[in-house]
Amino acid sequence: MSFDPIKNITSKTLVLPAANIDTDQIIPARFLTVTTRDGLGKHAFNDWRYDDDGTPNDHLLNQVNSPDYQILVGGHNFGCGSSREHAPWALTDYGFRAVISSEIADIFKGNSLKNGLLPVVIEKSAHQWLLDHPGEEVTIDLEKCEVRLPKNGGTYSFEIDAFSRHCLMEGVDEMGYLGTQNDAIAEFETNHG
Amino acid sequence: MPKTLFDKVWERHVVVPETAEHPATLYIDLHLIHEVTSPQAFTVLKERGLKVRRPDRTLATIDHSTPTLIDADGNRPFVTEQAEKQVSLLLANTAEHGIETHGWDSDYRGIVHVMGPELGATRPGMTIVCGDSHTSTHGAFGAIAFGIGTTQVGHVLANQCILMRKPKTMAIHVDGELSDGVTPKDVILAIIAEIGVGGGTGYALEYRGSVFENMSMDGRMTVCNMSIEAGARCGMVAPDQTTFNYLEGRKFAPTDYEAACEDWLSLASDDGAAYDKEVFLKAEDIRPMVTYGTHPGMAMPIDAMIPAAADEAEENALDYMQVKAGTEIEGLKVDRVFIGSCTNSRMEDLRAAARIMSGAKVVGDVIAIVVPGSELVKKQAEAEGLHEIFETAGAQWREPGCSMCIAMNGDKAAPGELVVSTSNRNFAGRQGPGARTILASPETAAAAAIAGVLTDPRVFSDAGEDPTDVL
Ligand code: SF4
Repeated sequence: MSFDPIKNITSKTLVLPAANIDTDQIIPARFLTVTTRDGLGKHAFNDWRYDDDGTPNDHLLNQVNSPDYQILVGGHNFGCGSSREHAPWALTDYGFRAVISSEIADIFKGNSLKNGLLPVVIEKSAHQWLLDHPGEEVTIDLEKCEVRLPKNGGTYSFEIDAFSRHCLMEGVDEMGYLGTQNDAIAEFETNHG
Repeated sequence: MPKTLFDKVWERHVVVPETAEHPATLYIDLHLIHEVTSPQAFTVLKERGLKVRRPDRTLATIDHSTPTLIDADGNRPFVTEQAEKQVSLLLANTAEHGIETHGWDSDYRGIVHVMGPELGATRPGMTIVCGDSHTSTHGAFGAIAFGIGTTQVGHVLANQCILMRKPKTMAIHVDGELSDGVTPKDVILAIIAEIGVGGGTGYALEYRGSVFENMSMDGRMTVCNMSIEAGARCGMVAPDQTTFNYLEGRKFAPTDYEAACEDWLSLASDDGAAYDKEVFLKAEDIRPMVTYGTHPGMAMPIDAMIPAAADEAEENALDYMQVKAGTEIEGLKVDRVFIGSCTNSRMEDLRAAARIMSGAKVVGDVIAIVVPGSELVKKQAEAEGLHEIFETAGAQWREPGCSMCIAMNGDKAAPGELVVSTSNRNFAGRQGPGARTILASPETAAAAAIAGVLTDPRVFSDAGEDPTDVL
């Protein structure tokens, strides 16, 4: 999967404050019968955004112009549940480039990093500030690993795996990287049957 | 230095060690695939002109979007054309790459996590991945087994490896003796309620103590299956004689079985091995459990009062479930019962449900469906006459598959309906938009079907003779 390198993102935030937003909310299972990865954005948070007959309701996600809101702020423990990569696909197709929460589920985090969606786990006070100030313009600086909040909200550092950061900033693809280890893999197979 | 089970299996599979800059390159012994999370990975392979590196270490089945009913003409009506296309694409992709596939014509077809162990493809000391988070199930055999996303499915197809940093380890001890009527499902729900849905994030779990030592493989699989619901990517139980007895004679069991068992025994955590975290529960404290909210951590003993909401999210969850804090959960009116999924669709589960439903009737307006986990389970259950017990009771006996666990094959509940389900996720809408899910053991689900309301299964325990003796 190729994606544009990310160095820093400055954007308004779209805030979904509920805790434990799971992957079934992000993309309900009945949309998983697709065989490509495109076009899932219209089903991101489908059951929150559309009435039973498919009419869009007045949910925030239907109101904003998505390219203006590249940062999604989710409540605590975002992305728990399934390993479906359709979740980050749906979010990036909607227009998000980063997700911020005070806790983000492991598999979702890994899947996001591989698809050009930057998962940022930030300390509780900064998270609370973001929840309290929806729509503010926030900067995520991947070079410095910090989130800068406007209006004296402060600057907070976040942690990200060095390799994932390198891949995101350079647009490097892990499959290509694994391909360079072919000899080591072949040797392992010889030694371990 | 004393090592844990996880450490030992991990070390055996490191191709390139982890550094500050790079995650470890970890070799994968077994890659399980199914129709939902593989098509985009095969597309990437095609785009790059790559081959599947080890088709011999890859096994495929169809389970998620497959119909569980066969119509009068012998056809399997798919919910949508797209679902049918997804299945045929899987079959085409695996045929093209020479991957052993258990499709419609196989005696082994089934939910991917039920099938792997039945084939003996799941064995102690292995690394196992699948594009499905409940891959943690296979940890019951002392394997490191975890779910991966589609990008990584592509990595494993192409390179038989994944890039990963070593997680921390957590030991979960449950010692003592379980009371009558308390099942492995209750044990894992009690654990998740204790540590929380995020409690295992970043950890590999190891289940230790007499409760797991005395548990069957079916039970250990139920427990490990739901490790992911505590946020942990994998959960393990040390291999022992119970494991060896289960695997002996299976299709992929090693030929020199004794030598294999000896090696597997050496995988157990050494005395004094250090874990990053340890949690202790007493077996005697665990009662039959049910969930009352919209994630598996909102679980409670069935005979307790619904706890007060801890925050706004829990308040919303109670509203969604239409339940009230401080009231009994027993007696809640039930609309549907689902007995199935990779959590509870094996023989032990079906026998337990049949024991309770034997000679009873599903209450008039309740729809109960029983979906065996695999063709093998279906065949065995029918040989034991369990299907007759279910059908006589008025429950539907279906074809193997994921069915209402994920509700993407058309098996689902209507908005607002209350489902007592033996599956693993009670997220809002998981079993159909607006559907309300209560997770429970097969015993509790069966009891709900014949009582029409949520009922403590222990009231039926005396009635329960072994149905296989009855027939
Ligand atoms: S039964 Fe449910 S949890 Fe298990 S593999 Fe199927 S969809 Fe996933």
